[in-house]
Amino acid sequence: MSEYTTDPRAGERPPVAGGPPEPARRGFLNLLLGGWAVGLAASIFYPIARYLVPPRTSEASAAQVTLPFKISEVKPNSGTIFKFGRRPGLLVRTEQGEFKAFSAICTHLDCTVQYRDDAQQIWCACHNGLYDLRGRNVSGPPPRPLEELQVHLKGDEIVVSKMS
Amino acid sequence: MRSAPATALRLAAVGFGAALACGPLVRAVENGCTACHLELDGPLAEPARLFPDDVHAARGLSCHDCHGGDPGTMDMEAAMSPQKGFKAAPRDGREVVALCASCHSDPVYMRRFAPSLRIDQMAEYRSSVHGKRLFGSGDPNVATCVSCHGVHDIRAVSSPQARVYPTRIAETCAACHADAARMKPYGRATDQYEKYRRSVHADLLYRQRDVSAPTCNDCHGNHGASPPGGGAVVNVCGQCHTFFKQYFLESPHREPFESIGQCIHCHGNHDVESPTDEWIGTGSRAVCVQCHSSGDAGYAAAELIHGRIVTLNEAVERAAGLLDRAEQAGMEVAEPRFELRDANQSLVKARSLIHTLNPARVVERVDEGLAVAVKVERAGLDALAELAFRRRGLLLFLVLILGLMAGLIWKIRERRRTR
Amino acid sequence: MSPVPRDLLQSLRRFVEERVDLSALRHMAREKEVPQHRHSFWYYFGGMALFLLIVQMVTGILLLLYYRPSAEEAFESVQFIMTRVEFGWLIRSVHSWAANLLIAVLFVHMFSAFLMKAYRRPREITWMTGVVLFALMLGFGFSGYLLPWNELAYFATRVGTAIAAAMPLAGEFFLRFLRAGDEVSGATLARFYGLHVAVLPAITLAVLAVHLLLVQQHGMSVPPSEERRHSGKVPAMRFVPDYILRDLVGWLAALAALALLAALFPWELGKKADPFQAVPVGIKPEWYFLFMFQSLKLLPPHLFGIEWLEGEVVGILVFTAAGGAWLLVPFLDRRTARGERSRLFTVAGVLALLFIIVMTVLGYVLE
Repeated sequence: MSEYTTDPRAGERPPVAGGPPEPARRGFLNLLLGGWAVGLAASIFYPIARYLVPPRTSEASAAQVTLPFKISEVKPNSGTIFKFGRRPGLLVRTEQGEFKAFSAICTHLDCTVQYRDDAQQIWCACHNGLYDLRGRNVSGPPPRPLEELQVHLKGDEIVVSKMS
Repeated sequence: MRSAPATALRLAAVGFGAALACGPLVRAVENGCTACHLELDGPLAEPARLFPDDVHAARGLSCHDCHGGDPGTMDMEAAMSPQKGFKAAPRDGREVVALCASCHSDPVYMRRFAPSLRIDQMAEYRSSVHGKRLFGSGDPNVATCVSCHGVHDIRAVSSPQARVYPTRIAETCAACHADAARMKPYGRATDQYEKYRRSVHADLLYRQRDVSAPTCNDCHGNHGASPPGGGAVVNVCGQCHTFFKQYFLESPHREPFESIGQCIHCHGNHDVESPTDEWIGTGSRAVCVQCHSSGDAGYAAAELIHGRIVTLNEAVERAAGLLDRAEQAGMEVAEPRFELRDANQSLVKARSLIHTLNPARVVERVDEGLAVAVKVERAGLDALAELAFRRRGLLLFLVLILGLMAGLIWKIRERRRTR
Repeated sequence: MSPVPRDLLQSLRRFVEERVDLSALRHMAREKEVPQHRHSFWYYFGGMALFLLIVQMVTGILLLLYYRPSAEEAFESVQFIMTRVEFGWLIRSVHSWAANLLIAVLFVHMFSAFLMKAYRRPREITWMTGVVLFALMLGFGFSGYLLPWNELAYFATRVGTAIAAAMPLAGEFFLRFLRAGDEVSGATLARFYGLHVAVLPAITLAVLAVHLLLVQQHGMSVPPSEERRHSGKVPAMRFVPDYILRDLVGWLAALAALALLAALFPWELGKKADPFQAVPVGIKPEWYFLFMFQSLKLLPPHLFGIEWLEGEVVGILVFTAAGGAWLLVPFLDRRTARGERSRLFTVAGVLALLFIIVMTVLGYVLE
């Protein structure tokens, strides 16, 4: 194993004039170095610690959304827009009290549809398109029905998810 | 073991039963008309051959229900005797119409078969160009019931085999109206069908098979077929294009366009295309400059409207592009994307509002959209700026590292010095 | 410093030493030395590679806490990490950049060991485990690259696995083994994920343990030229604390480089993979595979016009043979084994390095 000598001075430069710093100063500088190292370590561990705690809105993909209003807040024969992932959805409570949810993107030119309580149908204000309460396009330019979403009622909460 | 005569009796019974089951034999007893006519040649056999698939046959009607006579006998004299009410085939258009109308204009009769079917076709027909010519000058060339519906192979309108099924009507009309020789005496154009096939309506109907798309009868009427006439065009188009009709009637074009075809003047009648943003304004492809010239109010309005629409379109595209870039770099842009939908919606509505020819109304909608687009663009830039912010944070970290490295190198030097 | 912590440290030390035999460690701390000569600078790259591997393992574990290995969710989960998780963008960028840095450092480490003839007796097994480790790291790079499931990753994997199919005899097997099917799909993703986080790490740890143990036993190898220069008595420095301090400086430099790269060139998210899209023009693998990819591209479809001499197959065979020779070089370099100068192998090593560099550059220039 020892193909080499253990001459400590081998390959190194001669001592520099001036000598080493005094023990006290050296101790202080060592402390400084140690503190700096601790600071660096902290700046590495801090992000890791923050990373380990998941963000509030934990669901990564928009397959399911809990609506920000309670069942008791939704009147019969009314409709509300909600956010489903990055797309708008329409929650409809029929006159009979039943809940229905659809994608609120009109299948004609992507405008956002709304619920009309006079006709009890879903209407698009851009070109007068009409959908019935099954989401089927019944009048005007829309070529396809609205995508229907599933509604689950959990206590006083409304959870909307994609049709399975 | 049975006896030979008993077996023979059995065989005979089976044979007779089979014979009974044979259709022609049974029909021969019921319908002497078809039994004889099927045996004949050429055109005389045709009606009998075609009729089984006719919608009237499906309703249980037969030859004698239109032609009279006695179908129960095989004797030609007895079957076709005038005493039994036999009427030969109608001799001219007027007789055809009268024959069809004898049932189809009778509400009591029709209620038995199809309660929701209209019974005013005859009245409509009389008001049409075809009807007026037929009952007026006795023109034998005009279309009558059988020209469009067929004679003995009529299908229900809802059947795809019907000559008047939405995807076949245009061809049925074109059989005469695209025939240059036939239309020559009337001095009518014959390019309507060809133009229609180029239109966006035809694309929807023929390529997408959307049977709610308009074809000849949706604008011209079917039994009362006539061109809409001045002042009525906007109502015809407005059957589907509701908002555009409303805006047009509120616009300054309402009166001036009444005599020049209203919608048709800018959009065409048969070769209707999808319009682009270039149609409005003062550019080379704009329709406005056909009448308006530099200096008049219309020209200024057109220029303004075009400019604003294009501005909003570009702003929305710019914002969307920024969001794409940020998203690909790995930034969160779901919220701004959601908001950008409103800007898109404003653009769609603004384009409809063009028909008001009112710059103020268009500008109002455009400004609404622009506010959103600008906000979204800002959000996109902020997302990209966040990248730069992180850059600075990391460079700070770099300083920390370099500091520690300096410290360590000092320590190494120090150790060298002590020895 | 107050005396209380020092007493505490002393009693803690005594507690451990009474139960665990730390004599080997003490021995190393006191006695282990590192030779100092003209080429001893290259020694630092081994430790740097180890440091970067640790960084990869830590950031990798952090990433797998949020990553979802399915075709439907992989891209979205990476997007989630980058946009929603606190400092997720940082962990991800560091992991991606450290991978590239690690392989770059390994190239340097491997070629410097080769050119210094560190593979000669008694370090033959050290060299071979090293080559195996290098191959494992390339495997990590290839399997990890697919995991974000973006356009680039998907098509690069498709092209890369297709090349594996060109291997004679076992090609078809390899293709189906890698792809977990006939096409690159969600099944491929799951398989690559399993390889990347379980199979390869397990094998790596085992081989790395052998490699490090042997390095510890034999110490650092001194190139023959230096041995001759110092007539067998090469000066050395103590491992603890002198060499370690210098090693640390190197590691901090690597950390600094990572911070710089993550800050100035953050790793993109890209576009989600669409299998039905056409292969983007100019698709190419990561830089460490590029020299092989480019060489294969430059070979004619049929060598010398002979029908059955397919360029791609010959290319792959040549690379396989070269890899085998590289692995077995301790046994091929007879002259060095006998203690003589071996210019041939030095030249071969330099040529190999030049070939790799030139082909990599060409791969980028000949877009």
